[in-house]
Amino acid sequence: MSEALATPVTALGGAQFDGLVSVREMPAQGMISLRGDLAMPPLKNAATGVAGVDMPAQRAAECEGARGLLWMAPDELLVLCPYDETAEAVASMDKLLYSYHALVTDVSDARAMFELRGGGLRDVLAKLTPADMSVAVLPPGELRRSRLAQVPAAFWLRSETAAQVICFRSVARYVFDLLKTAAQPGSAVGFH
Amino acid sequence: MLTLHCPYCDVQTDETELTPGGEAHLTRHGPGSDDDAFHDYLFSRANPRGVHFERWRHGYGCGKWFLAARDTRTLEVFGTYEAQTTEPPDHILAAIRDKRPGWTRAS
Repeated sequence: MSEALATPVTALGGAQFDGLVSVREMPAQGMISLRGDLAMPPLKNAATGVAGVDMPAQRAAECEGARGLLWMAPDELLVLCPYDETAEAVASMDKLLYSYHALVTDVSDARAMFELRGGGLRDVLAKLTPADMSVAVLPPGELRRSRLAQVPAAFWLRSETAAQVICFRSVARYVFDLLKTAAQPGSAVGFH
Repeated sequence: MLTLHCPYCDVQTDETELTPGGEAHLTRHGPGSDDDAFHDYLFSRANPRGVHFERWRHGYGCGKWFLAARDTRTLEVFGTYEAQTTEPPDHILAAIRDKRPGWTRAS
Protein backbone atom coordinates (compact mmCIF):
# COMPACT_ATOMS: atom_id res chain seq x y z
CA MET A 1 0.00 0.00 0.00
CA SER A 2 2.77 2.42 0.94
CA GLU A 3 4.49 2.09 -2.44
CA ALA A 4 1.23 2.71 -4.31
CA LEU A 5 0.54 5.62 -6.66
CA ALA A 6 2.48 8.74 -5.86
CA THR A 7 -0.47 11.12 -6.09
CA PRO A 8 -3.83 10.10 -4.62
CA VAL A 9 -6.74 10.86 -6.94
CA THR A 10 -9.98 11.93 -5.30
CA ALA A 11 -13.34 11.03 -6.78
CA LEU A 12 -14.11 14.46 -8.24
CA GLY A 13 -10.68 16.04 -8.45
CA GLY A 14 -11.49 18.68 -5.83
CA ALA A 15 -14.78 19.90 -7.32
CA GLN A 16 -16.09 23.19 -5.97
CA PHE A 17 -19.37 25.08 -5.96
CA ASP A 18 -20.34 28.44 -4.52
CA GLY A 19 -23.94 29.09 -3.61
CA LEU A 20 -25.81 29.52 -0.34
CA VAL A 21 -22.81 27.71 1.06
CA SER A 22 -19.59 26.78 -0.63
CA VAL A 23 -19.18 23.08 -1.33
CA ARG A 24 -15.70 21.67 -1.82
CA GLU A 25 -14.46 18.16 -2.26
CA MET A 26 -11.68 17.78 0.25
CA PRO A 27 -8.24 16.38 -0.60
CA ALA A 28 -7.57 12.68 -0.02
CA GLN A 29 -8.05 11.85 3.64
CA GLY A 30 -6.74 8.83 5.49
CA MET A 31 -9.67 6.96 7.03
CA ILE A 32 -9.35 3.79 9.07
CA SER A 33 -12.37 1.89 10.25
CA LEU A 34 -11.74 0.50 13.73
CA ARG A 35 -14.19 -1.96 15.22
CA GLY A 36 -14.11 -3.55 18.63
CA ASP A 37 -14.96 -2.87 22.26
CA LEU A 38 -14.44 0.89 22.56
CA ALA A 39 -13.94 0.61 26.32
CA MET A 40 -10.95 -1.69 25.86
CA PRO A 41 -7.67 0.13 26.81
CA PRO A 42 -5.53 -1.33 23.95
CA LEU A 43 -8.14 -0.19 21.44
CA LYS A 44 -8.28 3.27 23.00
CA ASN A 45 -4.51 3.49 22.91
CA ALA A 46 -4.38 2.38 19.28
CA ALA A 47 -6.99 4.93 18.24
CA THR A 48 -5.73 7.92 20.21
CA GLY A 49 -2.11 7.09 19.39
CA VAL A 50 -2.77 7.47 15.66
CA ALA A 51 -5.28 10.32 15.84
CA GLY A 52 -3.66 12.34 18.60
CA VAL A 53 -7.04 13.42 19.98
CA ASP A 54 -9.13 12.22 22.93
CA MET A 55 -11.47 9.24 22.66
CA PRO A 56 -14.79 10.61 21.40
CA ALA A 57 -17.87 10.38 23.58
CA GLN A 58 -21.04 8.89 22.10
CA ARG A 59 -21.72 10.49 18.67
CA ALA A 60 -18.80 12.89 19.03
CA ALA A 61 -16.38 13.97 16.32
CA GLU A 62 -13.02 14.81 17.84
CA CYS A 63 -10.96 16.44 15.11
CA GLU A 64 -7.82 18.45 14.79
CA GLY A 65 -6.72 19.24 11.27
CA ALA A 66 -6.45 16.07 9.23
CA ARG A 67 -6.52 13.91 12.36
CA GLY A 68 -9.51 12.85 14.35
CA LEU A 69 -11.73 10.19 15.80
CA LEU A 70 -15.36 9.86 14.79
CA TRP A 71 -17.82 7.83 16.87
CA MET A 72 -19.70 5.76 14.27
CA ALA A 73 -21.43 3.12 16.41
CA PRO A 74 -21.11 1.66 19.93
CA ASP A 75 -18.39 -0.63 18.57
CA GLU A 76 -16.96 1.40 15.71
CA LEU A 77 -14.69 4.41 15.29
CA LEU A 78 -13.50 6.09 12.14
CA VAL A 79 -9.88 7.13 12.62
CA LEU A 80 -8.78 10.10 10.50
CA CYS A 81 -5.14 10.70 9.69
CA PRO A 82 -3.13 12.27 6.83
CA TYR A 83 -3.58 10.17 3.69
CA ASP A 84 0.07 9.26 3.25
CA GLU A 85 0.36 8.02 6.84
CA THR A 86 -2.50 5.57 6.53
CA ALA A 87 -0.53 2.41 5.82
CA GLU A 88 1.83 3.13 8.67
CA ALA A 89 -1.07 3.87 11.02
CA VAL A 90 -2.87 0.64 10.09
CA ALA A 91 0.32 -1.32 10.72
CA SER A 92 0.88 0.25 14.13
CA MET A 93 -2.76 -0.32 15.16
CA ASP A 94 -2.67 -3.90 13.93
CA LYS A 95 0.41 -4.50 16.01
CA LEU A 96 -1.20 -3.07 19.16
CA LEU A 97 -4.42 -5.02 18.62
CA TYR A 98 -2.91 -8.24 17.36
CA SER A 99 -4.07 -10.37 20.27
CA TYR A 100 -7.42 -8.66 20.79
CA HIS A 101 -10.83 -8.98 19.16
CA ALA A 102 -10.71 -5.91 16.95
CA LEU A 103 -10.75 -5.05 13.28
CA VAL A 104 -8.64 -2.40 11.53
CA THR A 105 -9.43 -1.58 7.90
CA ASP A 106 -8.08 1.12 5.62
CA VAL A 107 -11.14 2.63 3.94
CA SER A 108 -9.51 5.85 2.67
CA ASP A 109 -10.06 5.06 -0.99
CA ALA A 110 -13.63 3.91 -0.43
CA ARG A 111 -14.85 7.28 0.80
CA ALA A 112 -15.22 10.85 -0.38
CA MET A 113 -15.31 13.89 1.87
CA PHE A 114 -16.84 17.32 1.33
CA GLU A 115 -16.59 20.56 3.19
CA LEU A 116 -19.46 23.02 3.43
CA ARG A 117 -18.78 26.59 4.43
CA GLY A 118 -21.23 29.39 4.96
CA GLY A 119 -24.05 30.60 7.13
CA GLY A 120 -26.93 28.49 5.91
CA LEU A 121 -25.41 25.05 6.07
CA ARG A 122 -27.93 23.63 8.55
CA ASP A 123 -30.70 24.44 6.07
CA VAL A 124 -28.76 23.07 3.11
CA LEU A 125 -28.22 19.73 4.88
CA ALA A 126 -31.77 19.69 6.22
CA LYS A 127 -33.08 19.72 2.65
CA LEU A 128 -31.36 16.39 2.06
CA THR A 129 -31.53 14.48 5.33
CA PRO A 130 -34.31 13.44 7.71
CA ALA A 131 -31.98 14.10 10.66
CA ASP A 132 -32.90 16.94 13.00
CA MET A 133 -30.43 19.71 12.11
CA SER A 134 -31.33 22.05 14.99
CA VAL A 135 -28.53 23.37 17.20
CA ALA A 136 -30.05 21.67 20.23
CA VAL A 137 -29.97 18.20 18.65
CA LEU A 138 -26.83 18.48 16.52
CA PRO A 139 -24.41 20.91 18.16
CA PRO A 140 -21.02 21.49 16.54
CA GLY A 141 -18.69 18.57 17.20
CA GLU A 142 -21.42 15.96 17.08
CA LEU A 143 -21.48 13.41 14.28
CA ARG A 144 -24.69 12.26 12.66
CA ARG A 145 -24.87 9.20 10.45
CA SER A 146 -27.92 9.43 8.28
CA ARG A 147 -28.76 9.69 4.62
CA LEU A 148 -28.52 12.46 2.04
CA ALA A 149 -31.45 11.87 -0.31
CA GLN A 150 -30.94 8.22 -1.28
CA VAL A 151 -27.46 7.41 -0.02
CA PRO A 152 -25.83 6.98 3.41
CA ALA A 153 -23.64 9.81 4.68
CA ALA A 154 -22.07 11.00 7.89
CA PHE A 155 -21.71 14.66 8.69
CA TRP A 156 -20.73 16.94 11.51
CA LEU A 157 -20.44 20.66 12.06
CA ARG A 158 -17.01 21.95 13.00
CA SER A 159 -18.63 25.29 13.75
CA GLU A 160 -21.86 27.04 12.79
CA THR A 161 -20.28 27.97 9.44
CA ALA A 162 -18.28 24.87 8.56
CA ALA A 163 -19.37 21.27 8.15
CA GLN A 164 -17.88 18.08 6.80
CA VAL A 165 -19.69 15.32 4.94
CA ILE A 166 -18.37 11.80 4.35
CA CYS A 167 -19.98 9.45 1.84
CA PHE A 168 -19.04 6.41 -0.21
CA ARG A 169 -16.70 7.25 -3.07
CA SER A 170 -18.98 5.53 -5.57
CA VAL A 171 -21.70 8.11 -4.87
CA ALA A 172 -19.41 11.13 -4.61
CA ARG A 173 -20.77 12.75 -7.79
CA TYR A 174 -24.35 12.14 -6.67
CA VAL A 175 -23.72 13.70 -3.25
CA PHE A 176 -21.84 16.67 -4.73
CA ASP A 177 -24.71 17.33 -7.14
CA LEU A 178 -27.21 17.05 -4.30
CA LEU A 179 -25.31 19.55 -2.20
CA LYS A 180 -25.00 21.84 -5.21
CA THR A 181 -28.73 21.73 -5.81
CA ALA A 182 -29.56 22.26 -2.15
CA ALA A 183 -27.18 25.25 -2.07
CA GLN A 184 -28.59 26.84 -5.25
CA PRO A 185 -28.61 30.66 -4.87
CA GLY A 186 -32.14 31.92 -4.24
CA SER A 187 -33.26 28.73 -2.53
CA ALA A 188 -32.63 29.84 1.05
CA VAL A 189 -35.14 28.51 3.56
CA GLY A 190 -34.22 30.49 6.66
CA PHE A 191 -35.55 27.83 9.02
CA HIS A 192 -32.53 27.09 11.17
CA MET B 1 -44.15 9.57 9.75
CA LEU B 2 -42.68 7.23 12.31
CA THR B 3 -39.80 8.45 14.45
CA LEU B 4 -38.02 5.92 16.63
CA HIS B 5 -35.30 6.39 19.22
CA CYS B 6 -32.16 4.34 18.57
CA PRO B 7 -31.09 3.01 21.98
CA TYR B 8 -27.51 2.54 20.78
CA CYS B 9 -26.92 6.02 19.34
CA ASP B 10 -29.42 7.78 21.62
CA VAL B 11 -30.85 9.78 18.70
CA GLN B 12 -34.28 10.14 17.17
CA THR B 13 -34.26 8.38 13.81
CA ASP B 14 -36.67 8.74 10.96
CA GLU B 15 -38.44 5.68 9.58
CA THR B 16 -36.55 6.12 6.29
CA GLU B 17 -33.21 5.73 8.10
CA LEU B 18 -34.31 2.37 9.46
CA THR B 19 -34.81 -1.09 8.05
CA PRO B 20 -37.95 -2.89 9.23
CA GLY B 21 -37.42 -6.37 10.64
CA GLY B 22 -40.94 -7.56 11.32
CA GLU B 23 -42.42 -8.90 14.52
CA ALA B 24 -40.24 -9.07 17.63
CA HIS B 25 -39.98 -11.70 20.34
CA LEU B 26 -40.47 -14.71 18.08
CA THR B 27 -39.58 -18.12 19.44
CA ARG B 28 -37.49 -20.09 17.04
CA HIS B 29 -38.72 -23.57 16.17
CA GLY B 30 -35.92 -25.28 14.32
CA PRO B 31 -34.62 -28.84 14.08
CA GLY B 32 -36.55 -31.20 16.30
CA SER B 33 -39.80 -29.25 16.28
CA ASP B 34 -42.89 -30.56 14.53
CA ASP B 35 -44.02 -29.31 11.13
CA ASP B 36 -46.85 -27.13 12.45
CA ALA B 37 -44.58 -25.30 14.88
CA PHE B 38 -41.96 -24.80 12.17
CA HIS B 39 -44.60 -23.57 9.72
CA ASP B 40 -45.92 -21.05 12.24
CA TYR B 41 -42.41 -19.89 13.10
CA LEU B 42 -41.72 -19.25 9.42
CA PHE B 43 -45.00 -17.80 8.24
CA SER B 44 -47.45 -16.89 11.01
CA ARG B 45 -47.12 -13.33 12.21
CA ALA B 46 -49.28 -11.19 14.42
CA ASN B 47 -50.78 -8.24 12.58
CA PRO B 48 -52.58 -6.34 15.30
CA ARG B 49 -54.47 -3.11 14.99
CA GLY B 50 -53.00 -1.49 18.06
CA VAL B 51 -50.05 -2.30 20.30
CA HIS B 52 -47.31 -4.16 18.47
CA PHE B 53 -43.69 -5.16 19.12
CA GLU B 54 -41.31 -4.86 16.19
CA ARG B 55 -37.68 -5.25 15.20
CA TRP B 56 -35.95 -2.35 13.50
CA ARG B 57 -32.39 -1.87 12.32
CA HIS B 58 -30.63 1.48 12.34
CA GLY B 59 -29.42 0.81 8.82
CA TYR B 60 -28.31 4.30 7.84
CA GLY B 61 -26.64 4.78 11.23
CA CYS B 62 -24.93 2.45 13.67
CA GLY B 63 -26.29 -0.67 11.95
CA LYS B 64 -27.64 -2.18 15.17
CA TRP B 65 -30.94 -3.97 15.62
CA PHE B 66 -33.31 -2.71 18.28
CA LEU B 67 -36.89 -3.41 19.31
CA ALA B 68 -39.80 -1.01 19.43
CA ALA B 69 -43.26 -1.05 20.98
CA ARG B 70 -45.74 1.09 19.09
CA ASP B 71 -49.37 1.41 18.12
CA THR B 72 -49.92 0.39 14.50
CA ARG B 73 -53.08 2.49 14.29
CA THR B 74 -51.90 5.81 15.72
CA LEU B 75 -48.11 5.38 15.19
CA GLU B 76 -47.69 6.29 18.86
CA VAL B 77 -44.36 4.92 20.08
CA PHE B 78 -44.31 3.54 23.63
CA GLY B 79 -40.60 2.97 23.69
CA THR B 80 -37.61 1.29 22.09
CA TYR B 81 -35.15 -1.09 23.72
CA GLU B 82 -32.12 -3.18 22.94
CA ALA B 83 -32.46 -6.26 20.79
CA GLN B 84 -30.81 -8.53 23.36
CA THR B 85 -34.15 -8.80 25.16
CA THR B 86 -36.31 -11.90 24.94
CA GLU B 87 -39.40 -10.33 26.50
CA PRO B 88 -40.60 -6.70 26.57
CA PRO B 89 -38.99 -5.03 29.61
CA ASP B 90 -41.16 -3.84 32.48
CA HIS B 91 -40.78 -0.12 31.81
CA ILE B 92 -42.06 -0.62 28.27
CA LEU B 93 -45.03 -2.66 29.48
CA ALA B 94 -45.74 0.01 32.11
CA ALA B 95 -45.64 2.73 29.45
CA ILE B 96 -48.12 0.80 27.31
CA ARG B 97 -50.50 0.13 30.22
CA ASP B 98 -50.30 3.78 31.16
CA LYS B 99 -51.53 4.83 27.70
CA ARG B 100 -53.77 1.82 27.00
CA PRO B 101 -55.44 0.81 30.28
CA GLY B 102 -56.67 -2.75 30.17
CA TRP B 103 -54.26 -3.80 27.44
CA THR B 104 -52.89 -7.31 27.76
CA ARG B 105 -50.17 -8.89 25.70
CA ALA B 106 -51.42 -11.64 23.41
CA SER B 107 -49.23 -14.71 23.70
